Amino acid sequence: MPRLSRTTCLAAATVAAALTVAACGSDDGGSSGTGSPSAQSVTLYNAQHEDLLKEMTDAFTKETGIKVNMRNGDDLEMANQLVQEGDRSPADVFVTENSPAMTLVDNAKLFTPVSPTTVGQVPARYRPADNEWVGFAARQTVFVYNTGKPAAKGLPTSIMDLADPRWKGRFGYSPTGADFQAIVSAVLALKGPAATKAWLTGLKRNAVAYQGNSKVMSAVNKGDIEGGVIYHYSWFQDQAESGADSKNTKLHFFGAGDPGAFTSVSGAGVLKSSKRAEAAQRLVAFLTGKRGQQVLADSTALEYTIASGVPANDALPPLATLKAPVVDPDELNNRQVVTLMQDAGIL
Amino acid sequence: MPRAGRRLRAARGGAGGIALALPAVLLTLIPLGFVLQFTVDVGPAELYRLLDRPRTGELLSNTIRLTASAMAASAVIGVGAAWAVERTSLPGRRTFTVLLAAPLAVPAFVNSYGWSSLTSSVEGFGGALLIVTLSYYPLVYLPVAAALRGLDPALEDSARALGLGPMATFRRVVLPQLRPALLGGSLLVGLHLLAEFGALANLRFPTFTTAIYDQYQSTFNGPQASALASVLVLGCLVLLMADLRLRGPRQLARVGSGAQRTASPVRLGATTLPVLAAVTGLVVLALGVPLGSLTRWLIAGSSTAFPLGDLVSTAGTSLLLAALAAAVTSLLALPVAWLVGRRRSILGTVLERATYIGSALPGIVVALALIAITVRHARPLYQTTTMLVTAYVILYVPRALISQRAALAQAPPLLDDVAASLGAGPLTRLRRVTLPLMAPGVGAGAALVFLAVVTELTSTLLLAPTGTRTLATAFWSQTGDLNYGAAAPYAALMVLLSLPATLLLTGVGRHRAR
Repeated sequence: MPRLSRTTCLAAATVAAALTVAACGSDDGGSSGTGSPSAQSVTLYNAQHEDLLKEMTDAFTKETGIKVNMRNGDDLEMANQLVQEGDRSPADVFVTENSPAMTLVDNAKLFTPVSPTTVGQVPARYRPADNEWVGFAARQTVFVYNTGKPAAKGLPTSIMDLADPRWKGRFGYSPTGADFQAIVSAVLALKGPAATKAWLTGLKRNAVAYQGNSKVMSAVNKGDIEGGVIYHYSWFQDQAESGADSKNTKLHFFGAGDPGAFTSVSGAGVLKSSKRAEAAQRLVAFLTGKRGQQVLADSTALEYTIASGVPANDALPPLATLKAPVVDPDELNNRQVVTLMQDAGIL
Repeated sequence: MPRAGRRLRAARGGAGGIALALPAVLLTLIPLGFVLQFTVDVGPAELYRLLDRPRTGELLSNTIRLTASAMAASAVIGVGAAWAVERTSLPGRRTFTVLLAAPLAVPAFVNSYGWSSLTSSVEGFGGALLIVTLSYYPLVYLPVAAALRGLDPALEDSARALGLGPMATFRRVVLPQLRPALLGGSLLVGLHLLAEFGALANLRFPTFTTAIYDQYQSTFNGPQASALASVLVLGCLVLLMADLRLRGPRQLARVGSGAQRTASPVRLGATTLPVLAAVTGLVVLALGVPLGSLTRWLIAGSSTAFPLGDLVSTAGTSLLLAALAAAVTSLLALPVAWLVGRRRSILGTVLERATYIGSALPGIVVALALIAITVRHARPLYQTTTMLVTAYVILYVPRALISQRAALAQAPPLLDDVAASLGAGPLTRLRRVTLPLMAPGVGAGAALVFLAVVTELTSTLLLAPTGTRTLATAFWSQTGDLNYGAAAPYAALMVLLSLPATLLLTGVGRHRAR
């Protein structure tokens, strides 16, 4: 039946070609949405959790009538994209999970300072001194441990202890993402380069590396490892759901002022190249304002509110009780962190 | 004077062919230029610092071990499975023909999530090899099965009549004829593994590509990551040279008087059960485990939800993008396939080989290269469907090319000459002789591109028009937080969407045996 099957193939090719033409046509029509700025919309490059920002921007649109076009990605992927785009970026606002990606964009001189209203809403410790961006949410470093393992009886008092040979092979971390890099930056800022180098060398030897904090937690829950360094919200989210990946675990908070008690800041900033700067500033003001923070507190994201005095979700221990060390978010950038991690063989 | 006429035509067709082949080649040079540019910018001293670390040795060793082992494993499994369903008395051959190709419909990262949610023991080299082999062996199985169907069993009969045993016949007569299919498939597996990220991200087995992603994710210095990609370009060149050397020049088309006989299946007899068990086991591992996990997430996942509107719209977007990319890629690949298949020249070979490089580069490198170029030189194209489809072409042109080339290799060039001698002009010959003969290969190539695009993630995230969501990006945004239940419907739809293309692949070339 060669005839039939060839005809079918050619027919398929024709249909595909027709689709091509149709889609190219619609492309021309659709591109106006990204090309010409409309007063009633802003483009948000979002590296935070999609669900959370969807909730927050929906509330913003409801309040202001300004539509938000959201583009989703990962912290440093999007930061690198913004750097490549330079002053021709279509983005108006950039939002991340951790501050190093904000610093990357800031170093490329792509932000414009946030409005004084916004600055007034955010405590000084959650924004860089030059106010090129601000924090709008926070996540707490924690040590998750399996309650049925020896680690439960001898928890580390400092995150620095994890470099000790007695922890070899017993705990996990997710070293290659933006999350852990923020923690290393805190160690560097608080303990200096020599101690950080020694610590990283110890971690490379001792720790089991995973891709992502939630996978570390899941491995602890299964008992593959005894404990792991993660952020608080992975655990609280899982507990709020079914506990499937955390039911055998508990959280341990490191001591007062320890680098392990570091609070990582999620940032928001307005791009200098934005042609809709006013609407963009309003979005950042909303994210850090009372309404926006309340949406964050009520959401299932379970990250900390940090601005406008809005208390965090009831499920979380108050941030003030965790005695995080004070670190200027702008200090958390350096190339040095990456070089140290590369030299230790972690990156 | 047939000879003079032929040479004349070759010269004319050559120049035109090269011009038509250029778009595909030039596109793949974009990421290559980007990588080279940054390698130069980074400078030899810094490049040396980046590469001369214990970590680089570890990554290099991991990448080479995994690529080589998975290519070998896929070749063995692919040929074995193809032989079992095409040439033996295996019960249920027809069903197995489809089932053995079906793993292509399961995205590699879904397979990986499925396995790793089942057991932590798949972490490390053994697990990585298992999972990528199960995901990619169909890339060898499909072309080899098609080639087996196209083989003229008369050659094997002659070999047997001349006293060769069945094993020796397979080794000395069948295997050499399978060479283009086998090498083409293995090359695709190899290129894929150089650039594989999604399947390995879960398995705690870092390779060069995962390290490049890590660099981008943690470094404030994209150029370093791009420079590391130059090592992947070298790896790709090694594979391409090896493929060229092993393939050699061979005439594979069959032209003869009379119809080709259908091969009579080998009676398995006492070995029926072991072979049946092996093939069933393969299907269970490659298909049963990921689909089982998917079902478990759908039923037991605490976050399972069926946002119907979103599911439909993301599936529609994925379908449209994949169909568009398949059509454009096939169209651009055709002249290249024709160039190497019909007008062998060094220039043609170089051009053809050049189109493979993009596929061995991580999606993020290709995406950033396109961003850099369009933002500066083609701003209106930035973040449009056109740009995204361009990225897909760069990443997947080899998938179309290899299938088309294989089809052309089995189509006798003599037929073209006969048509010419009967007075058919070049366009008529193309339309009435060459294209119909190539159609199955073009269809197979388009289906392979379609499958790849449905699961593509990084380029889609970086290049798609703002607000565009595909099944793959929706799946990604859920699995980041272990919301497997919420992610599962998107994964299930990816599998469903991929099934028709997979079925098309198993049916292709079928008619040759009838």
